[in-house]
Amino acid sequence: MKILVPFKSVPDPNDATVVGAAASTPKSVINPFDEIAIEEALRIRERGEATEIVARILRVLIEKEAPHVVIMGKQAVDDDSNQVGQMLAGLLRWPQATFVSKIEFLGNKTRARCTRETDAGLEVIEIKLPAIITTDLRLNEPRYVSLPGLMKARRKSIEVLTCDQLGVTVRPLTTVISTARPPKRAAGTRVESVEELVTKLRQEAKVL
Amino acid sequence: MAESLVLIEHHRQQVKRPSLHAITLARKLGGEYALLVLGHRLDGIAASLVSYGACAVVVADDPALAKPLADRYATVIAEAARKRGAKTILGTSSTFSKDVLPRAAALLDAPMVTDVVAIEEMDGSISYRRPINAGSMFAIVKVEGDRRVLTVRGTAFEAPAADAAPCPIKRFDFDAASLPNGTQFISREERKSDRPDLTEARVVVSGGRPLKDKETFERLVGGLADALGGAIGATRAAVDAGMAPNDYQIGQTGKVVAPELYIALGISGAIQHLAGIKDSRIIVAINKDPDAPIFQMATYGLVGDLHRIVPQLIESIRRA
Repeated sequence: MKILVPFKSVPDPNDATVVGAAASTPKSVINPFDEIAIEEALRIRERGEATEIVARILRVLIEKEAPHVVIMGKQAVDDDSNQVGQMLAGLLRWPQATFVSKIEFLGNKTRARCTRETDAGLEVIEIKLPAIITTDLRLNEPRYVSLPGLMKARRKSIEVLTCDQLGVTVRPLTTVISTARPPKRAAGTRVESVEELVTKLRQEAKVL
Repeated sequence: MAESLVLIEHHRQQVKRPSLHAITLARKLGGEYALLVLGHRLDGIAASLVSYGACAVVVADDPALAKPLADRYATVIAEAARKRGAKTILGTSSTFSKDVLPRAAALLDAPMVTDVVAIEEMDGSISYRRPINAGSMFAIVKVEGDRRVLTVRGTAFEAPAADAAPCPIKRFDFDAASLPNGTQFISREERKSDRPDLTEARVVVSGGRPLKDKETFERLVGGLADALGGAIGATRAAVDAGMAPNDYQIGQTGKVVAPELYIALGISGAIQHLAGIKDSRIIVAINKDPDAPIFQMATYGLVGDLHRIVPQLIESIRRA
């Protein structure tokens, strides 16, 4: 089952040490989700790969919340589509920075300087906020939830909204008809030495 | 009016050859297709594209497009697709096309299918096959609507022949002044290399974390790649550890390669890495651990210490 998680990072309200020179960057915690639009979107999502619906529902939420920046993963590791962030940016007509491995906020939080991981190496762009940023692997190392954090999260309430409540109609344009397993590669052989490897690559595989 | 519009990628005044592979899918889809290039000073690039059997090479050439800014490019692509009545907009998967095409899809109100590896015709409509779950499964997908956007996995389609009679080059006019202004290009790494491009190389030599550090990685992985005239790849772990830059990364979220020969040094064979190498013709694995999963996929497996084996291998190849 898939859950959408657009979430906010907030200064830790329980952290009393955020004072003075020692705290150049306040400690942040993830705000255990305030609102999620799930039910109907999830069922449609499970029936098919309707990524454009995901983008539309997020758009309505974003217009409601009016964040300065939306930060989301670049792709879901089950579906591997890598579309939602970019589609959302298109729908909102906001700037986008995708596959980001470093973010720096500038100009009193009116711009973000983002380093992107591209096929040609690292690229740096600056985008005006509000904007969509999709994260790549090396942006950070997610922390483990602490036990007190987990206990606190249990006491929070989660608001569940339906598409109707958000005023969104959804009609998926993409359907998954079936899934299939790819053919397995035939098992190969072990070689015992460099000489044997080179000989086989040359004579058998004819690749050297 | 062309049915399909194929986005062609270029870099440093050269067409990126893997981006041409999307033409092969456009040909399979049937109907006419036009090629689209965006950028600045594109005369040479446009001229090099006239023999791929397109009905036209459409060129959006303007200083405002000198850098591939997604908000500008998507706007122009969507406009070109609308004006030309294109039903399918496609491009070979790359960080460029993945940045730009989903945004264009949203502007066109069109569904999008990522990483198409094959198509089938079923009851008069087309279904698309694409990998999911790090390539451990395929999904067969159908789309509805007047338009659709696709990215195509380059390794799943052959390079198209360039033997057609030359087609016209058409300039696409748009209002550059009204393009979005929210993104500014700052810089890009430009590492020059004599080695072939990773996604085009006939031979790829890849290293994992056991290569220890950048110097050892370059000496052993680089040394073997050079002995074979190949390109260098790396696992996520090696890139995370700073041994190799991000553009060497092969796998589910890196590059997908399908060379004649793929040599994996000190790579255990995590599913996310295997996703990027499955279609290689010959896979060689060298690893200290006889139980490493990669040995199940390797054509030839050699158990042993790569620090000892690789210098011998380089020597043996050079000798012959």
